[in-house]
Amino acid sequence: MTTDAAAKGSLKATPARRRNRRMPPEANIFLVLIGIALIYELLGWLLIGQSFLFNQQRLTIMILQVSVIGIISVGVTQVIITGGIDLSSGSVVGLTAMLSASFAQASAWPRALYPSLTDMPFFVPIGVGVLAGMLAGYINGQLIAKTKIPPFIATLGMMVTARGLSKWYTKGQPVSGLSDSFTFIGTGIWPVIVFLAVALIFHVALRYTRYGKFTYAIGANTQAARVSGINVEAHLIKVYAIAGMLAGLAGVVTAARAQTAQAGMGVMYELDAIAAAVIGGTSLSGGAGRITGTVIGTVILGVMTSGFTFLRVDAYYQEIVKGMIIVAAVVADVYRQKKRAKV
Amino acid sequence: MVVSPSTMAAVRKSGAIPNAEFLLTAEDVRKEFPGVVALDDVSFRLRRGTVHALMGENGAGKSTLMKVLAGIYQPDKGTVRLRGAEIRLRSPLDALENGIAMIHQELNLMAYMTVAENIWIRREPLNRFGLIDHGEMYRRTEELFSRLNIQIDPEAKVGDLSVANRQMVEIAKAVSYESDVLIMDEPTSALTEREVDHLFQIIRDLRTQGIGIVYITHKMNELFEIADEFSVFRDGRYIGTHASTEVTRDDIIRMMVGREITQMFPKEEVPIGNTVLSVQNLNLKGVFHDVSFEVRAGEILGVAGLVGSGRSNVAETLFGVTPATSGKIEIDGEAVAIDSPTTAIRHRMAFLTEDRKDTGCLLILDVLENMQIAVLQDKFVSKGFVQEAELSDVCEDMCRKLRIKTPSLAERVENLSGGNQQKVLIGRWMLTDPRILILDEPTRGIDVGAKAEIHRLVCEMARKGVAVIMISSEMPEVLGMSDRIMVMHEGRVTGFLDRAEATQVKVMDLASR
Repeated sequence: MTTDAAAKGSLKATPARRRNRRMPPEANIFLVLIGIALIYELLGWLLIGQSFLFNQQRLTIMILQVSVIGIISVGVTQVIITGGIDLSSGSVVGLTAMLSASFAQASAWPRALYPSLTDMPFFVPIGVGVLAGMLAGYINGQLIAKTKIPPFIATLGMMVTARGLSKWYTKGQPVSGLSDSFTFIGTGIWPVIVFLAVALIFHVALRYTRYGKFTYAIGANTQAARVSGINVEAHLIKVYAIAGMLAGLAGVVTAARAQTAQAGMGVMYELDAIAAAVIGGTSLSGGAGRITGTVIGTVILGVMTSGFTFLRVDAYYQEIVKGMIIVAAVVADVYRQKKRAKV
Repeated sequence: MVVSPSTMAAVRKSGAIPNAEFLLTAEDVRKEFPGVVALDDVSFRLRRGTVHALMGENGAGKSTLMKVLAGIYQPDKGTVRLRGAEIRLRSPLDALENGIAMIHQELNLMAYMTVAENIWIRREPLNRFGLIDHGEMYRRTEELFSRLNIQIDPEAKVGDLSVANRQMVEIAKAVSYESDVLIMDEPTSALTEREVDHLFQIIRDLRTQGIGIVYITHKMNELFEIADEFSVFRDGRYIGTHASTEVTRDDIIRMMVGREITQMFPKEEVPIGNTVLSVQNLNLKGVFHDVSFEVRAGEILGVAGLVGSGRSNVAETLFGVTPATSGKIEIDGEAVAIDSPTTAIRHRMAFLTEDRKDTGCLLILDVLENMQIAVLQDKFVSKGFVQEAELSDVCEDMCRKLRIKTPSLAERVENLSGGNQQKVLIGRWMLTDPRILILDEPTRGIDVGAKAEIHRLVCEMARKGVAVIMISSEMPEVLGMSDRIMVMHEGRVTGFLDRAEATQVKVMDLASR
């Protein structure tokens, strides 16, 4: 009886404990974001006598630039939570940009790829892009779940193949003359809205649905998940298909924003997306990570790039520093795990 | 005086080896792990030119002692002497350089390298340009093999060899270090009878060359065939050493199990109902054969057998982790095909696995997430959304009922003690309201108090009419909890014992038959 009462008493403390335990990851990342912004602010006043933060145009451009990475990263985060990786997203962006653009050409354009399929309603090219991306992701998932090849290799294969397909599709020619009903999704604040909507949907999915619980369980311990009755293979296929679908959506937005599509679009985006997830606290060993963190991670990448441009730092330095920050984020993750293992 | 290993190595090289009666001795060796005394002031003596078997149940301390002698563990206390001189082994390499070689149960060879490369790794003969002299290496290997009467192509890739031949390569490698002491851990576990004969021939040759062999086995007949002496261990203590000629098989079994049952078990007599699970001629090719048994509602069927007897494999097959290659499983008289854990759960089966960390806990997730994962298959979910509020109420109740000591449901499971982790996993399965509960080593590595609570929970499940299958290496647990005991040995069922007739000696007898 006494133990029962004691157990009951301690369980009562749940809400407070939960808040204590659960807030820090995002809070820490958010502080890093604020810190980086303040450093730029300070350097801005010192070096060029301008404010970094109080310039709405700059902030708008910054968030627009990272929206596409952000959309991809929401999918990649889920893949990494299962303990996998997706290297194909950048190439899938290129392929789906080409595919969707080819169904979005205006009849006024003289060199349409499919002259009989011009002036299509906006949902056709969007659907084509999203579905093509989902198919690419589905193939990734099938390969990983059924043949048991490492995700790194399966998605590396897709990365090369999809890039090849996007070049082959028009023999390297860009696809232009896109209709206004299609390009609207890339104009104004639309890319940001798409990014935030996608982030919200999958934040909810990961936190409150069975899909989310199973995703974390597989990443935390695949064997235990299987013994607990989770159909691990089917679930992994789902997760990779979703990641592909989001890469497809990113491809659509990219083409709409540029008002043209080229086979070289999205090169290296997969690495930025992985970086955003990892900076946002997603663990490369699986089982841990959250969309809120990924959103902050995405914004950190954006702020960094934007700040360098603001300070007129050479583009070469930008890449060097970005590389170092990604490594630092992974080192921090490894360090966190080591500390945990000691407990 | 403590002679440092490097000095000993130098002495060995010079050829001036002191001649003591015992090749290798261990005195009052103690080794503790968190919560367990693995070796409690144990002694051991190996004579030159003999085969010395270590005997004992699972967890008796044989493996720990062997690892101390091979430099894998450093003892907390006690001395190890090689030819009368005290040594401190800091690593397996250290032991190897002192002439103590160990042949592991799981073979440590590199599959994509040749036999010769595996044997001479780190000691490859070089030609005058400082490059590896493959010709010389193969010549030396052939020389070694002809000495041991082994017929294996030195240029073959190890990955292409049979398990038996890999075992021979391991032995040849150990011999190539000119070792004086060879430690063999269950070397025959994967060998056929003919291969065992060959191995024994090699062991006899080595023995006549004056090499001392420490031999671990669970097979009683091997003991009488190959061993000159044996030492018995029990619960981390040294029991005694005898020549294998002076004792019988029964004497040894008595020495191995001779402990009294001091623990109390909360076993209740509950009405036993109809047959729930019936298994007929279940096979998993190469692992276990023709396993047949049935379990009734309210019954606890204990499964005993030594490690490697196939107990856990039967459980995994029943639950669909490794589907059977042939045989029939019936639940409530109806044949069912269980091809995955998902199907097993649908048939209201539950499986507490042997390895809490590897196949049980989601260590980095919290108590709630760990507990809910199995039940989410078909309950507490509406339109894909988890009914979190209801579920956490149910889980809190479960925590209270199982007396899980955790600050909250949001505590990471890795921060709980082993016993509480195990209770979380039991909670995971109790939420699914199973009819058939398979427990594999339900109390391994947890403290006495938590053990008693888990026993109480198992009895309570049985009282509710659940059919329980309980695999355990702990003899008192099997005897104290089971209504019936099924004993396995080398992938076969060797017998059933009723609660009334079961004794430790009878179980051990069946388990080593």
